[in-house]
Amino acid sequence: MTTLIPTATARVFQYEFSDVLRSRWVTLYALFFFGLTEGLFQFGGTGTGVLLSLLNVVLILIPLVGVVFGALYLYQAREFVELMLAQPVRRGELFAGLYAGLSLPLAGGFVLGVGVPFLLHGGGGATLAMLLAVGVLLTLVFVALAFWLAVRFEDRVRGLAVAVGLWLAGAVLYDGLVLALVAALSAYPLERPMIALTLLNPIDLGRVLLLLHFDVSALMGYTGAVFERFFGSTLGAGVSLTALGLWLIVPLGLGLRRFRRKDF
Amino acid sequence: MNIVPLAPPAAAPARLHITGLKKAFGALPVLRGVDATMPAGQVTAIVGPNGSGKTTLIKSILGLVRPDGGRILLDGRPLRPDGADRARIGYMPQAARFPENLTGREVIALLKDLRGAAAPTDETLIDAFGLEPELDKPLRTLSGGNRQRISAVLAFLFDPDLLILDEPTAGLDPVASSILKDKIRAAQDRGKTFILTSHIISEIEELADRIVFLLDGRVRFGGSIAEIMERTGQSRLERALAHLMTGKAA
Amino acid sequence: MTSSVAADACPVCAGIAATGGGRTPGRPAGRWVVSLLALLALIGPVRAQTLVVDPAGPVASVREALAQAEPGARILVRPGIYREGALVIDRPVELVGEAGAVLDGDGTHQILTITADSVTVRGFTFRNVATSFVEDRAAVKVDEAWHVRIEGNRFEDTFFGIYLSRAAYVTVADNVLRGTRATESQSGNGIHLWYSRDVTITGNDVRGHRDGIYLEFVEDSVVEDNHSEGNHRYGLHFMFSDRCAYRRNVFRANDAGVAVMYTAHVEMTDNRFEHNWGPAAFGLLLKDITDSRVARNVFDRNTIGLYAEGSNRVDVIDNDFLANGWAVKIMADAEANRFVRNNFIANSFDVATNSRQHYSTFDGNYWDQYEGYDLDRDGVGDVPFRPVRLFTLLVERNEPALLLMRSFFVHLLDAAERVLPVLTPEALVDTHPVMHRLVR
Repeated sequence: MTTLIPTATARVFQYEFSDVLRSRWVTLYALFFFGLTEGLFQFGGTGTGVLLSLLNVVLILIPLVGVVFGALYLYQAREFVELMLAQPVRRGELFAGLYAGLSLPLAGGFVLGVGVPFLLHGGGGATLAMLLAVGVLLTLVFVALAFWLAVRFEDRVRGLAVAVGLWLAGAVLYDGLVLALVAALSAYPLERPMIALTLLNPIDLGRVLLLLHFDVSALMGYTGAVFERFFGSTLGAGVSLTALGLWLIVPLGLGLRRFRRKDF
Repeated sequence: MNIVPLAPPAAAPARLHITGLKKAFGALPVLRGVDATMPAGQVTAIVGPNGSGKTTLIKSILGLVRPDGGRILLDGRPLRPDGADRARIGYMPQAARFPENLTGREVIALLKDLRGAAAPTDETLIDAFGLEPELDKPLRTLSGGNRQRISAVLAFLFDPDLLILDEPTAGLDPVASSILKDKIRAAQDRGKTFILTSHIISEIEELADRIVFLLDGRVRFGGSIAEIMERTGQSRLERALAHLMTGKAA
Repeated sequence: MTSSVAADACPVCAGIAATGGGRTPGRPAGRWVVSLLALLALIGPVRAQTLVVDPAGPVASVREALAQAEPGARILVRPGIYREGALVIDRPVELVGEAGAVLDGDGTHQILTITADSVTVRGFTFRNVATSFVEDRAAVKVDEAWHVRIEGNRFEDTFFGIYLSRAAYVTVADNVLRGTRATESQSGNGIHLWYSRDVTITGNDVRGHRDGIYLEFVEDSVVEDNHSEGNHRYGLHFMFSDRCAYRRNVFRANDAGVAVMYTAHVEMTDNRFEHNWGPAAFGLLLKDITDSRVARNVFDRNTIGLYAEGSNRVDVIDNDFLANGWAVKIMADAEANRFVRNNFIANSFDVATNSRQHYSTFDGNYWDQYEGYDLDRDGVGDVPFRPVRLFTLLVERNEPALLLMRSFFVHLLDAAERVLPVLTPEALVDTHPVMHRLVR
């Protein structure tokens, strides 16, 4: 038989999903979030307080785990990829199946780990929904980046180094540079550049979307409340989602392009 | 275990024709214009020293490596790069590694799923290898030999027209080795085409009808075993190959 | 203290201050006698005169009834819309509107001016007092009168609602005031007190005015249980009003929050200051407030919860600061203020200041941003808490940096600064931060 199976992506996803689920890492990952969230509740946290404490973990840990685990995973899946590529499977379908097979269990582990304690203790509401959404989006974005890097760099040590570097740049250094820029150019109106700089970094974008829930009182204090007005508006929400979408699609597209041409 | 009746021998067994195949990894040329023919129903051994381009040639046929130039024709038509033709190809890689946490049975089920329920399967090698007790263990816990056995099962699973076996007996014990060789011969009898590589000359003598001898990315010799003996004037294949390697052949 | 001082100090309300001038309400003994006589007339053995105003007659206008009324008379006004020009109550009477009794200002003039002591106005709806840029037109004006009660009335679309000038012993209770003017400059204050003393303002509900409740040169008065919301400037605004108490009021979503200035011996307790959002919105702004007490209030979701400037010896005790942008902004010219036993929870910034010099104290507060420990388990953290973060200062100096809030880099900066304060005020520290939220 020579027909291609249109459900190849679904099959690969199904098997990779169960493979990833059975590897202890995703379970540990989910348990970590569960333990952390539950612990924050146990230590007298209210819904909002717990969410605030989770915010930093989400913004730091999810990108790190996504980019490192994603790259490691694809490097380790090399043999499986070769096995699959000897089957009547399109490379694009395989890539999509692999991506979904990792990113969805990771995102699911996070959602369950954080969500279950909130179900038990109550609270959360729209802010919890936004936190979960940002966490899921960051997972998708950083696994996509990891896949691109893992396909791009044949040498896994180099690939992992770049992955960690990328995380460091996005999660820590970028904000330092922005802060330096703000200080250096304090004489100029920086509202629009600040919004643009935020859109350029998915971690910052996720953070600002959460600020709208936690710090709206302070954001309203900014001259003309420009930040709140932009990110809180339909236009701003659309632009933010588009930016996050690009952060997902561009690395995934670059990775896919390379994956299609790659020699195994 | 359910035994699906084998399909009758394919009406038009696969034949491969390769012309001017080129591939370079970066600045390093590996295939410098390979011309070779793998006739239907025959076992063609690709031999050559390490680094001569054997695996690259195999992977080019499989589409794992994207050639820089040249053509690969399957039954006279260009091999389709989107993977459709791989439904007719079984592949046993050199190093058999699998998703660590899946079991053998799950991998087999996955491949079946990929092909769809209608595809006839050949699982006789499972019994022949005595693999049944190993199928429910996570693959990471299996020995190298058992992984290699699973890999052989997978290559033959869909009764493909063309089988590509990269060092198939490496890592197998003599018993398993001979089971696999019997399987190859039986399949060949049913008209299947084989491409294999091996470092074991006796194995090549035993199985191969034809030799493609690669040296520095070019075909040094392509023809039947008889022809190579004749050409080199040697009586043993090992000698003949050594002769070719030192560059004294035509 | 003169009105020119007020005008300088408070440019936004200069127009109002400039119309004033003169003295505090006098207390001649004769007026006491008059009041006492009036009181006796009300409770005396002779049943008081009652006049009924009804559109169908015989007394068809309030003006006519007022002219006929003897001191101590009761005037009952039947439902109807009365357009009678400016009315003056110049004798002690009780003016009671039945439900549906409307006094309409026709959009041209004031409605009621009370110049006599011991007047009660109850149960009316006052309507249509036009904006004026030359005089402070009000629906009800009390001018140099004592022992007046204005209660249970409704004010709709009036420029100023209730205006007390040189009044004393006045009660303004349970009135509902609804301003409808669109902007600050077109609207007047809901309840306006000028040069008055011993006034009680209680249970009123003021919305849509310029300032909800306004006091200038007022002494020994009480403002309690009022609700002031959605006014175009301040929910409560007072200046030069010593020894007044503000209790159990709600000041909510006013354009600029609440601002109080140039006053000593203020007591503000059990109030709620909430949802005052904007670049210049304060839950409570204290300017030159001295020897005062701000206790048991809740500051919830304001851009700036409590702002203190030039204010000295103010005790800020047992308050809850919840989810404010800046819970407390205290300028370096504020001295000897004490912040004790307050809860600081879910604020973006707990404390901000403008200098490394600092002369107020923080002690025994609960800070949810405190990350210290309590090894001896006495409920008090073993390491001091520095509520002013480095990032707070960075935002003060470079406003756009606000968008970096809660980023990891900012956390690193703050952690470094907490270990080794270089830029933040060293003296601004809570040495006894409590470990758990203080339960009221």
